Amino acid sequence: MASYQNIFTQVQLRGHPEMGMPHKDDSEPRIPVTAYSYWMGKLGQAQLGPLYLGKLGLASLLFGGLSIAIMGLNMLASVNWNPNRFLKEFFWLALEPPGPEWGFSVYVPLAEGGWWIIAGFFLTASILLWWARTYLRARALGMGTHIAWAFASAIWLYLVLGLIRPFLLGSWSEAVPFGIFPHLDWTAAFSIRYGNLFYNPFHALSIAFLYGSTLLFAMHGATILAVGRYGGEREIEQIYDRGTASERAGLFWRWTMGFNATMESIHRWAWWFAVLTTLTGGIGILLTGTVVDNWYLWAQEHNFAPAYPDTGVVDPSTTFIPPSEAVIDPNQMVEDPGAPPVAPSPVEGN
Amino acid sequence: MLTLSKLSAMAALAIAGLSLTACEIGPKQSQQTGYRGTGIVQITDPQNVVSPGEVPPPPYALPAPSGPKASEVYQNVKVLGNISQEEFDYTMAAITQWIVPANAPAEQAGCNYCHNAENLADDSKYTKVVARRMIQMTQNINQNYSDHVKQTGVTCYTCHRGNAVPKYVWTDPAPSDGRLMGNKRGQNTPASSVAYSSLPIGTFAKYMRGKSGPARVISKTIHPTTANVQSVKDAEGNYAIMMHLSQSLGVNCTYCHNSRSFARWEQSSPQRALAWYGLQMVKATNENYIHPLTSVFPANRLGPQGDPYKTNCATCHQMQRKPLGGAQMAKDYPALLTLAPGGAVSPAAAMPGMEAPAPAAAAAAPAAAAAAGN
Repeated sequence: MASYQNIFTQVQLRGHPEMGMPHKDDSEPRIPVTAYSYWMGKLGQAQLGPLYLGKLGLASLLFGGLSIAIMGLNMLASVNWNPNRFLKEFFWLALEPPGPEWGFSVYVPLAEGGWWIIAGFFLTASILLWWARTYLRARALGMGTHIAWAFASAIWLYLVLGLIRPFLLGSWSEAVPFGIFPHLDWTAAFSIRYGNLFYNPFHALSIAFLYGSTLLFAMHGATILAVGRYGGEREIEQIYDRGTASERAGLFWRWTMGFNATMESIHRWAWWFAVLTTLTGGIGILLTGTVVDNWYLWAQEHNFAPAYPDTGVVDPSTTFIPPSEAVIDPNQMVEDPGAPPVAPSPVEGN
Repeated sequence: MLTLSKLSAMAALAIAGLSLTACEIGPKQSQQTGYRGTGIVQITDPQNVVSPGEVPPPPYALPAPSGPKASEVYQNVKVLGNISQEEFDYTMAAITQWIVPANAPAEQAGCNYCHNAENLADDSKYTKVVARRMIQMTQNINQNYSDHVKQTGVTCYTCHRGNAVPKYVWTDPAPSDGRLMGNKRGQNTPASSVAYSSLPIGTFAKYMRGKSGPARVISKTIHPTTANVQSVKDAEGNYAIMMHLSQSLGVNCTYCHNSRSFARWEQSSPQRALAWYGLQMVKATNENYIHPLTSVFPANRLGPQGDPYKTNCATCHQMQRKPLGGAQMAKDYPALLTLAPGGAVSPAAAMPGMEAPAPAAAAAAPAAAAAAGN
């Protein structure tokens, strides 16, 4: 009978908690609190902690918490502080950016989008501090900084959407609202306004890398799970007591498609696909409205999109003459004895 | 362990089921209406067909247009004076049946909803003044907007359907007071008018009044120019009003548009041009025939902002591609088909409480220019 052996972690270790190596630099001490969780252990490692908080982590959480609080309180105010409506309409509620009338000014009244600017500033500060944390923690462990740079790629897209592009266009109103459905509707409206984002080649690249990422993730995850019965997921054990898991995994792909990634290169593939998703996406967003205003027309011009036969429909506004207001017959007027006399129009007599 | 896996599988199925509750289960029918490969199809749900509604038969056989004219027999007949008295009576009987039928609430039923029973010529009831203007509106639509209503035309019943006030109407939204409390910036509210999205909900006032501009946000040029400075927020408003059109007709976007390029007319279906004429008709109707009645209506017939109930696409269409399923109804009521001889009543001059006569003069100007060959 077919069985799927690895849906949950099979083995949980108990003992003295693993406290990790001492810091190589002058980092602050880790919070030495540890615990074991059976249920967390089903999904991952059963040991929780120790945790490194540090100044950056503390500042990041503080800014992030403030930002979320501002968004939540604004949403709560928009439903007159009614918690029932807040819960019921939560997916619809938003903290909207300033309207077009405010341009890119930072001096916007709080109720007209000023809170959006403040929340955005705090969120950006929190994210950048968290980025520095991922960089420094990796350095402290003697690791490479790949995680920080992959995170930086996502931050690039975030900054293009919320700061760089609105700055270049001189309007906060081009930025994304904070809210579940509102940011999704913004996405659809953004595509419509700029003539269909599917014809933006950088959007196309981003989608290719996004879908490629899911494909690679599925292939890699499946491969490792499939050789789990030979200990394929246990890197440490392989070093001391090599099995045949890795060989079988490589052989499978050489048999099925003539080529296999190595245990190291598959992670490079995955890293680049993920990083390029947001990198190319950010370029595509940055070009929209700044360089290209209608991607459909751009794609037609550059033979990027096929042309379909005309339907022969013509814009009726080019030939439409509104029905004329006919001559007034005083005998057919609907009279209102109480109405004040109609003032002469300023255009009359010209 | 097996039990745990089974439990998780059941939980996953339950979550999937819950997340799909907004979907309409059941087979759908799909009909291709455009060029192959472009996804231009109409999807219908045969289990949820909206009834087009019954057309009431004429009150009795249409009398011959002979005999004395209504204006010769009755007093104070200002709009339908040129038809025969018999046809006038016939039309009045039909209107009564359409607006205040026998099954209407007691205080609304019958002739007395509009007329003073002591003196039918009396204009003291506001409903009579409104009804007269509405008859002119119907005539104007049938005569001047055949680009939209074609030869089918409209009658009072197209909108009213046996109600004194049509079921599908709109009024102006409350303007922002600049405060945070209760301010959703005109959007982010689950409302059927925007298909339960978070799109702006007050867009009728933006797109369906006389002075409202076209709902066009997409540039006609590849690169940015000053010709189009519409923002993404404008596009959200456009999207919202298009949801209304889609819902009112019970159709997809692709009924009119090729979704690869919503703006391009040469990629669109002929229905899009039909809809465009309809929008002009709705704008002119609201501005020239309904809004000028503001001072005539009592407070309980006005919206929260003090403006009268106005029309949109749903007022006539009521979730049908053609109102009443395209039934040929207006042909039985010739008095409603053309504006009364002698000319239409100008809304500016005819209606009390008209805000400013200037728009009517301005609207007449291009027509006069066209007539002069310019």
